[in-house]
Amino acid sequence: MSTLAALRQGRQGYLLSAPALALYVCLLVVPLLLTLVLSFNVFDYGTGIDSQAYTLEHYSSLLGDPYFYEIFLRTFWISALTTLLCVLIGVPEAYILSRMGAPWRSIFLVLILTPLLISVVVRAFGWSLLLGADGLVNQTLQALGGSPVKLLYTPFAVVVALVHVMLPFMIIPVWTSLQKLDPAAEQAALSLGASHFTVIRKVVLPQIMPGVLSGTLIVFGLAASSFAIPGLLGGRRIKMVATLIYDQYLSELNWPMGAAIAVALLLLNLLIMLSWNRMIEGRYKKSLG
Amino acid sequence: MAFVQLEGLGKRYGDIDAVVATDLSVDKGEFVSLLGPSGCGKTTTLQMIAGFVEVTSGRILLDGRDITHAKPASRGLGVVFQSYALFPHMTVKDNVAFGLRMRKVANGELQQRVERVLKLVRLDKHAERYPRELSGGQRQRVALARALVIEPPVLLLDEPLSNLDANLREEMQFEIRRIQREVGITTLMVTHDQSEALSISDRVVVMQAGRITQIDAPYTLYEHPRTEFISGFVGKANLLPGERDSTGVVHVKAGGELTLSLRPEKIDLCDAGSGRVQGRINSRFFLGSQWLYGVTTDLGELSVVRRNDGSAPLNEGTTVGLDWDTALLRVLSVDEVSA
Repeated sequence: MSTLAALRQGRQGYLLSAPALALYVCLLVVPLLLTLVLSFNVFDYGTGIDSQAYTLEHYSSLLGDPYFYEIFLRTFWISALTTLLCVLIGVPEAYILSRMGAPWRSIFLVLILTPLLISVVVRAFGWSLLLGADGLVNQTLQALGGSPVKLLYTPFAVVVALVHVMLPFMIIPVWTSLQKLDPAAEQAALSLGASHFTVIRKVVLPQIMPGVLSGTLIVFGLAASSFAIPGLLGGRRIKMVATLIYDQYLSELNWPMGAAIAVALLLLNLLIMLSWNRMIEGRYKKSLG
Repeated sequence: MAFVQLEGLGKRYGDIDAVVATDLSVDKGEFVSLLGPSGCGKTTTLQMIAGFVEVTSGRILLDGRDITHAKPASRGLGVVFQSYALFPHMTVKDNVAFGLRMRKVANGELQQRVERVLKLVRLDKHAERYPRELSGGQRQRVALARALVIEPPVLLLDEPLSNLDANLREEMQFEIRRIQREVGITTLMVTHDQSEALSISDRVVVMQAGRITQIDAPYTLYEHPRTEFISGFVGKANLLPGERDSTGVVHVKAGGELTLSLRPEKIDLCDAGSGRVQGRINSRFFLGSQWLYGVTTDLGELSVVRRNDGSAPLNEGTTVGLDWDTALLRVLSVDEVSA
């Protein structure tokens, strides 16, 4: 019997994975369960949280209030737009990157990855400096004779910054699936009379769809639950779900309501991502195995 | 008249000459192999013909038309790649139909042509499969079908058999030749395997360090290799010193200034004491249809191949005489290029 099979059968395997499992349970499963329980607790502005009493009140107000609908809707369209832009920018970028020569390819790959080393907060402040009322963009506009435009605290600012932050998460999976392509397949298509554009559309793109799919899932998931960027660049007015949760917890001190919104976000996110995954995978599963 | 013509074709990569001023003409319907060790420029030559590699100098003519700088798509040549380069996300049928779709062939005709070519490569039962569901040999046939269906003027094969195991390779060699004959297509094949080149080509072009060193029909190439390198690369050869006598006949002679080539199967083993040279059997290998002996002689270690005629082979340590027909000795010229 191989070592692996022995591990699968005996208790040794569980023992070996116990540390990781414990970490996973303590840091993810337990807090999630606590949040779920919390979301059903009764809250009163005078007496606070009553951990003995349970209610569906938070969920019913979540379902009944158009204010929440608006924020959820905004969160999802901003995330969807961010994902779309990341696909439009990231896929060609990964393709060009994979075609680069020896020294440049690694240099540019590192350049694309370095933003990940800088804190999101720092990058968000960078964008607010650029996009502010007297930021570099508006100064340039005025110098060119135009009138200043309101950029900061708009969905535009949030989307731009989110795309900037999320791009590496799109490029890396696409890049990985591009590595698996046989460059000769493109030559074969060319020799059969295809134009470069057709080669990309009919030969390259279908083969890197799994990479694009994972990229969109990562980007959408991270964008829909992002906090720092909407918090710093969306301000008070352009609220997204994560900033709403923050407000419920820390300004309203209504923890159960915050927990209910968090659970709703998690479920909606899961629902959207799973159906998206199903839709795309269903189309490409047969051909890509 | 030459159908494909290379005129002084050359390719430089930086300071390195990959292919140097190569001239070659291939007739219509001919099967020509480019044979050479890796790095000899044979694949670069093929890629220049296919249009994947920019030509540095010289011209490529196809049926009198200059295609030196034409795009691969406009050349319309059929190319089969070493890795087969099938489209993994398409069925066999769609792979084969790709070239026809690019040519906007009407659907009815397209179906017919795909069906016909799949029958030609004996894959008509696998039309709906995906490449990953096929064996190596079947993938090879798909690649061949995909290249042939566009009815190209020339078929280019880049090491088409090197990814197959030995049995299948031999089978596919004959299969490629059968298909080539049936379609009558002009074919250029790149290979590093001499037996492949010898068995299926009309002519073999030997390349060495970016240059063509010999072009001949397989039998002539084998029997009359020009240089020491070719004699060793194409089949096995014993290299012997020799000299020419006053009547112009070549003889083996220790210390002679000529280099002679003698194929292992052209040497007879006879009783000790007779023959031209005496030797002792040093090693023995059984190759199925043949025995390969290593014989130590005054002229050095010689390889001798004897047909397995059913009688008991000679044992190691036996002393034997070696004999050969002097007419089968070939004088080799000194290699002009180092490989």
